[in-house]
Amino acid sequence: MPKTRKIRVLIAKPGLDSHDRGAKVVARALRDAGMEVIYTGLRQTPEQIVETALQEDVDVLGLSILSGAHKTLFPRVMQLLKKQGLTDVLVFAGGIIPEEDISEMKKAGIKEIFGPGTRTETIIQYVWDNLPKRN
Amino acid sequence: MFDREKVREVRKERERWERTTLPNWLKQCRERKSEFRNTSSVPVKRLYTPEDVEGLDYVRDLGFPGEYPFVRGVHATMYRGRLWTMRQFSGFGTAKQTNKRFKYLLKEGETGLSIAFDYPTIMGYDSDHPMGEGEVGICGVAVSSLRDMEVLLDGIPLDRVTTSMTINGPAAVLLAMYVAVGDKQEVPREKLGGTTQNDNLKEYFAQKLCIYPPKPSVKLTTDIIEYCARHLPRWNPISISGYHIREAGANAVQELAFTIYDGISYVESTVERGLKVDDFAHRLSFFFASHNDFFEEVAKFRAARRIWARLMKERFHARNPRSMWMRMHVQTSGCTLTAQQPLNNVTRTTIQALAAVLGGTQSLHTNSFDEALALPSEEAVRVALRTQQIIAHESGATSTIDPLAGSYYVEALTNEMEEKALEYIQKVDDMGGAIVAIEKGFFQKEIADSAYKYQREIDEKRRTLVGVNDYMVEEECPIELLRVDPKVEKEQLADLRKLKRERDGRRVEEVLGKLRRSAEKDENLMPHIIDSVKAYATLGEICEVLRQVYGEYKELIII
Amino acid sequence: MRRLTKVDEIVKGVLAGNRRCIAKAITIVENDLVEAQELITEIYPQTGRAHVIGLTGAGGAGKSTLIEKIVREYRRRGKTVGVVAVDPTSPFTGGAFLGDRIRMQELYTDEGVFIRSMATRNHAGGLAKATKDAVKVLDAAGKDIVIVETVGAGQSEVEIIKVAQTIVLVHAPGLGDEIQAIKAGIMEIADVFVVNKADRENADKAVMDIQSNLQLNSKESAWKPPVLKTVALTGEGVPELIDKLEEHRCFLEDDLECKRALLRSKVEAELVDAIKEKAVNALIEELRREGKLDEVLQRILDKKLDPASAAEQLLKKAMRSAKT
Repeated sequence: MPKTRKIRVLIAKPGLDSHDRGAKVVARALRDAGMEVIYTGLRQTPEQIVETALQEDVDVLGLSILSGAHKTLFPRVMQLLKKQGLTDVLVFAGGIIPEEDISEMKKAGIKEIFGPGTRTETIIQYVWDNLPKRN
Repeated sequence: MFDREKVREVRKERERWERTTLPNWLKQCRERKSEFRNTSSVPVKRLYTPEDVEGLDYVRDLGFPGEYPFVRGVHATMYRGRLWTMRQFSGFGTAKQTNKRFKYLLKEGETGLSIAFDYPTIMGYDSDHPMGEGEVGICGVAVSSLRDMEVLLDGIPLDRVTTSMTINGPAAVLLAMYVAVGDKQEVPREKLGGTTQNDNLKEYFAQKLCIYPPKPSVKLTTDIIEYCARHLPRWNPISISGYHIREAGANAVQELAFTIYDGISYVESTVERGLKVDDFAHRLSFFFASHNDFFEEVAKFRAARRIWARLMKERFHARNPRSMWMRMHVQTSGCTLTAQQPLNNVTRTTIQALAAVLGGTQSLHTNSFDEALALPSEEAVRVALRTQQIIAHESGATSTIDPLAGSYYVEALTNEMEEKALEYIQKVDDMGGAIVAIEKGFFQKEIADSAYKYQREIDEKRRTLVGVNDYMVEEECPIELLRVDPKVEKEQLADLRKLKRERDGRRVEEVLGKLRRSAEKDENLMPHIIDSVKAYATLGEICEVLRQVYGEYKELIII
Repeated sequence: MRRLTKVDEIVKGVLAGNRRCIAKAITIVENDLVEAQELITEIYPQTGRAHVIGLTGAGGAGKSTLIEKIVREYRRRGKTVGVVAVDPTSPFTGGAFLGDRIRMQELYTDEGVFIRSMATRNHAGGLAKATKDAVKVLDAAGKDIVIVETVGAGQSEVEIIKVAQTIVLVHAPGLGDEIQAIKAGIMEIADVFVVNKADRENADKAVMDIQSNLQLNSKESAWKPPVLKTVALTGEGVPELIDKLEEHRCFLEDDLECKRALLRSKVEAELVDAIKEKAVNALIEELRREGKLDEVLQRILDKKLDPASAAEQLLKKAMRSAKT
């Protein structure tokens, strides 16, 4: 369902994890769905990610991590987003995030976690359905 | 391989079969798909006959095991003489914890070690580096100094066990540490056996663990190849890897072609150093993935050996047959394993492992069924090891050599993969070589396109992934997962602080100074790196010196 | 921090250099939201201080890497910098991959640098009003330098002239057809030429090609475009490039006559564009409202009338009714 509003998405790889196949496939799928996508590349610090989200005034932030370091890095990103007043950004995550960590991540502010095997259409529809209202 | 007359007869009969018997069957029931393609999108025919291998010359194209062109195997007796090495990639937490896992696996029957390092280590950072926060020991073992390596290998006899180390940018440092431990155990250096992955080229477009820019990275790789040729004759200085290329999204043909191209580049860089091909080529080793399409994988392994053998002979003029052989390690494919219904992964891994065995691998790692969820639990890794043992001892696959040879399909596919890989090789040659291709983003684009294509096929259900887009279950049964104790990071930091207090700081400064000067002069750095680790300079300190001399690589992003 | 919803709060923030407000302001003008006009009206008096530099060149010339070094050098000299990086929107999907800022990662946490990526969004003419307005925002926010980076060489790149005061064309040896790859339009308007990747073979030849081209097409102008060499990867040649950019800025400042004429023609072009846009939109809106468009559409579909004649008829009627 094509929308007229241009959705700006930031896809980020926090920490040292170097598996970028999924992040790149998702970035491309979102672009092909008509969104404007910024992909940060590897090895971003939470500070770099949040500053990019701020300057680019993104609607959506997707965090990808497969190294297990999400427990440290995701809360750090969410804290910094809050500090900068970016509480209206829709944040989702993907990669290898064990079931038992999901509720903790959601409590930190990550709205949805897309594990291995998620169809790209699912992510696209999720973004359309959950886009934050902006004035 | 077949008489021309006979082939004509077959062709006539096949055409008759297509006119008479086949249509009746098709009328009753259409084929399940309009087209059957393998993972490289190569169409797979309904039937293969002698026509498909008409030009095949047994002696020229297949030969005998242990002889050029090595298609049928690199050793004359293959698994009848010696089984492949069962080498499970492992590592997590502290050196002590991983040492325990090593001993467990050796007890359960693994025949060689393979070390997985954590992210800070593989990026050349100590456990106390800010970029490493939250990452220490999480997906590999943390090794910041020789002391960690000593604990890691405690009780492991280095004269009897071979060890593979998956390490690239800092490979020289880890190799130096291994040598230092060997020295302590009083094992003569000529007896130390193992492998350092040390394949920096593929980092730029596949595994992405690049520290330094391409040219100095190739130089570091070559330093190790040269050093081993002269001083560590049993050590495989490099494991030219296709596994990561495949996992990043490449198809089988691309995996084959890009890996071999990297191999070509390293042979060139070492020859440019002044070594003769026959001085070092026999110790070059390779590392491939084993993916889902069984026959495609078998064909890939066989084609790889033939391509390499011919290249070494014709392009590099090797004389010693051992310079032309391609020894390989295979790992079953991680990206094909699913988080959904994880026990299905045992089946996938079995098929993939069998393909590797029928493809003639020298060494094999089988993934654990919880691969898509966490690092392997003890139970999961045991099952993975048993998979290899069952194939080895119960399946009959090891009773004879290269049993699939002569299959019309397998031979036709082997030829086709060789042809397609050679096209890519020519393309990169025309571009000006691997480094130019990397700068142009050529490999990256090919891989990103293949990855996207594969995902579209799954999203659109043109490719079935059992448990994921078909045969799903409502609720998954949870399984026990391995969790790394978060205390690990604290312990590592405390150990590092202790080490820095206890070592001779002046000596460390001295050796690092010598290392820097040597790097600036473009000399082989191995001797200085060995001195540095023995003085207990840390991995991070050594890599930082090189960062300052060579600079850091900035990723070229191709989506 | 409360969500900002009022334009004047955003404007206040922009003028104080608040990064979040700058970001929000650019979003408003980029999407031409209802508040866009009000926002521009309020910040307009504070614009005109920044040195606006346009940077363009074919893909593979190393523009992004060069910009990173340029920004660093300006920062070293104590200037604050805004960067607007433009990437093409796919005509098929409407989406875009905004990849230029990645080259400037190390500058993300430098408070004196603000980087914004924009997609062309297929506005006719490429670089749209949106970019010009984004530049105004950064200018009003107090950035000393605003760099606009665009994709490749082509028609849309000539649009930069309406935005930038100094235009830099970046080339690199071995890109293919050497000078032929650069469309004539750009050659004529560039103020500074850069041959990047100057450590490659043929760098000197590339420099000479550009110089001879310039001589052949020399205009009557007091400013002689220099041809510089850089190696963006190492930063070699960048300080000299900045010196030239500063020189050009001074040239523009000093040559008041030239500056006035330039400014006047730029402002006139902008005014004409604004009139066109508003006039056309208003007219079409009216025709639609009065059902006149539909009437005429049917006649076109029935092949009783061609589109161009139809437009003329409609306009004649509209002009007449406007007079009465």
